[in-house]
Amino acid sequence: MFLNRKLYDIFLVRTSSTKAYKSKWKSVVGLEVHAQIQSQSKLFSAAGTRFASGVNQNVSLFDAATPGTLPVLNKRCVEAGVLTALALNCRVNAVSMFDRKHYFYSDLPAGYQITQQRSPLANDGLLEFHVYTPGVHKTPYVKKSKIKQIQLEQDSGKSLHDDDRSLVDLNRAGIPLMEIVFEPDLGDGEEAAALIKELVVILQRLNTCSCKMEEGALRVDANVSIHKPNDSLGVRTEIKNIGSVRAVAGAITYEIKRQIAVLERGGTITNETRSWNSISKVTVPMRDKEEKQDYRYMPEPNLPPLYLAIGPSNWGCLNVDNLKASIPELPNETRNRLKNDYNLTPEQAVILVNESKLLDIFNETVLRMKLNAKLMANILINDFLSLIHKEKKVLEDITIPVEFLAETVMLLQKSAINRKTAQLLLKEMLSLPKDTPSEIVRSRGWYQITNEEELRTICKTVIKENPKILNQYLNGKLIVFDAFLGKIVAKSEGKADMSQVPSILKEVLKELKK
Amino acid sequence: MQYQMIFHCIKVNIRNNLRNFSTTPKEVLTKKRLVPLRPVSSKIDRSKLPARTKIDANTIEHLERLSLVDCANKQGIQTLEDAIAFADQILQVDTEGIEPLVTVLEDRPLQVRDDKVEEGNCIKEILSNAAVTEDKYFVAPPGNIPLEPRENLLHEEKDN
Repeated sequence: MFLNRKLYDIFLVRTSSTKAYKSKWKSVVGLEVHAQIQSQSKLFSAAGTRFASGVNQNVSLFDAATPGTLPVLNKRCVEAGVLTALALNCRVNAVSMFDRKHYFYSDLPAGYQITQQRSPLANDGLLEFHVYTPGVHKTPYVKKSKIKQIQLEQDSGKSLHDDDRSLVDLNRAGIPLMEIVFEPDLGDGEEAAALIKELVVILQRLNTCSCKMEEGALRVDANVSIHKPNDSLGVRTEIKNIGSVRAVAGAITYEIKRQIAVLERGGTITNETRSWNSISKVTVPMRDKEEKQDYRYMPEPNLPPLYLAIGPSNWGCLNVDNLKASIPELPNETRNRLKNDYNLTPEQAVILVNESKLLDIFNETVLRMKLNAKLMANILINDFLSLIHKEKKVLEDITIPVEFLAETVMLLQKSAINRKTAQLLLKEMLSLPKDTPSEIVRSRGWYQITNEEELRTICKTVIKENPKILNQYLNGKLIVFDAFLGKIVAKSEGKADMSQVPSILKEVLKELKK
Repeated sequence: MQYQMIFHCIKVNIRNNLRNFSTTPKEVLTKKRLVPLRPVSSKIDRSKLPARTKIDANTIEHLERLSLVDCANKQGIQTLEDAIAFADQILQVDTEGIEPLVTVLEDRPLQVRDDKVEEGNCIKEILSNAAVTEDKYFVAPPGNIPLEPRENLLHEEKDN
């Protein structure tokens, strides 16, 4: 019976059409993000944080909750938290406090986590971002999500579950986290994924989090509910620990459809915690605590309040205004710069900012080598990026020197080669980035034929070789003109300058008509 | 068990303190005497105290679950209720307009340290505190096992 019900669920979800529900149901999504602060040592102990260290090597006596040890706050973590808060337009609090949140679990040896519940590091932020998934959205649109609070807290250890016991590794215990709590301001999974993408770019710019989701450095929890327009919010479910940007979109989209299917057949949504199975692409309920957890929050007695200096003052462990001055260009500013200074389209600006490696190449070459910015952006996005996707490679692994890419665009810009050849060049360099583009072009004879006389000769040859098409053309079937163009591209092995060919071909044909 | 011990401790302490009050004054010669010479009767207005809190079976079960301490017996409940009644007296203190004091160090900035790795790599010491280990791991009972509901809730301890 249970199994049948489950299959029925899935069946409904798969068959319910996307369009039918859109008008009837409104979905509400709120995110909570745990971002690991990039630091050498832990939040309250001087043990290291290196990923993939030996089991229980990054553990100090404090991390193992040895009696008599005390927490000492890491200054770097406060800085990172404040920088992030400022970049997310939060109000940084001059005084914040630490609290104990109790729960009983073997990878949390103290029996409580030190977090900030009563007065967190920062409140009331706002993140503005562009939602644009090529293939889903035609054009980018701007979305805003408010931030309720940012707090510093410890991560817990890791348990490997055997049949009848758990193996506990405390390397993660005490790793510094920033929890960023967003208000439920989002409407669907794509918006949530776009928010996370923007957050990743910001945190990476600030150097406050590596955002390596595969290492667990950034974890996303999503609260999802649906309701009818004008009704109050529905019962929400929470999807825990989503581990990639695409999974954020996938899990939330699935969960919205699942809730709609449940309500449409007269069921009810229970307030529960679910997890996303990225292989079978479904959310499933997690084995739940049978009653609401009582965390027994209490002030952390071993840590006095955290004071931050705001304005011209040295009171407190660091000065917020000094940090503010050190914030680098943020993605929104970059997008505006790309649009205003280089006349790029919003789509190009969004893609370049999301693909930081492409942006680096762009920034490094355009001004220095006096490249046509629009052309460079076009080549990087439409040719280079799509080629990499097609070859199933990852941008981060590409070893082509930026000079090579710039030179390719330069050749194109000078009309020494055409677009087709540029694509061949990129492909060539992708497999073996050894020769410079100019060398490849020279050794292969790939220079574009731009000489008018040469082009005229090719046109004449092609016409002579294709009397049938010529006849059709002369009999008024003008559409075969394009067939000639195709033949010319083939004849010249893609080297003919196709910006000149049509007018030359027209002239040649005109003469023949007479 | 632990619960009971704590509560007994409190009681014992109170008695000790009372005894101290009555025996030590002679030794204290300061003019501002904080400790009265003779025992004084309590200023607590018993009529203003809230009604004695009754611990029901569900609550004691919940507490057992949280603490994993066996305290759901008549003696345990009595001790707990006594402790709550004792703590209720503090409600008579006038705290109007006063911020709660969390720490006596609250007017001092929290000390921070530089981000340097100076600890860790002491797996031998860490694991020496563990009852069971394997291959550098701590070994713990499997994940959150729900506590079996007890049949003899509110049992009488035989030892008492």
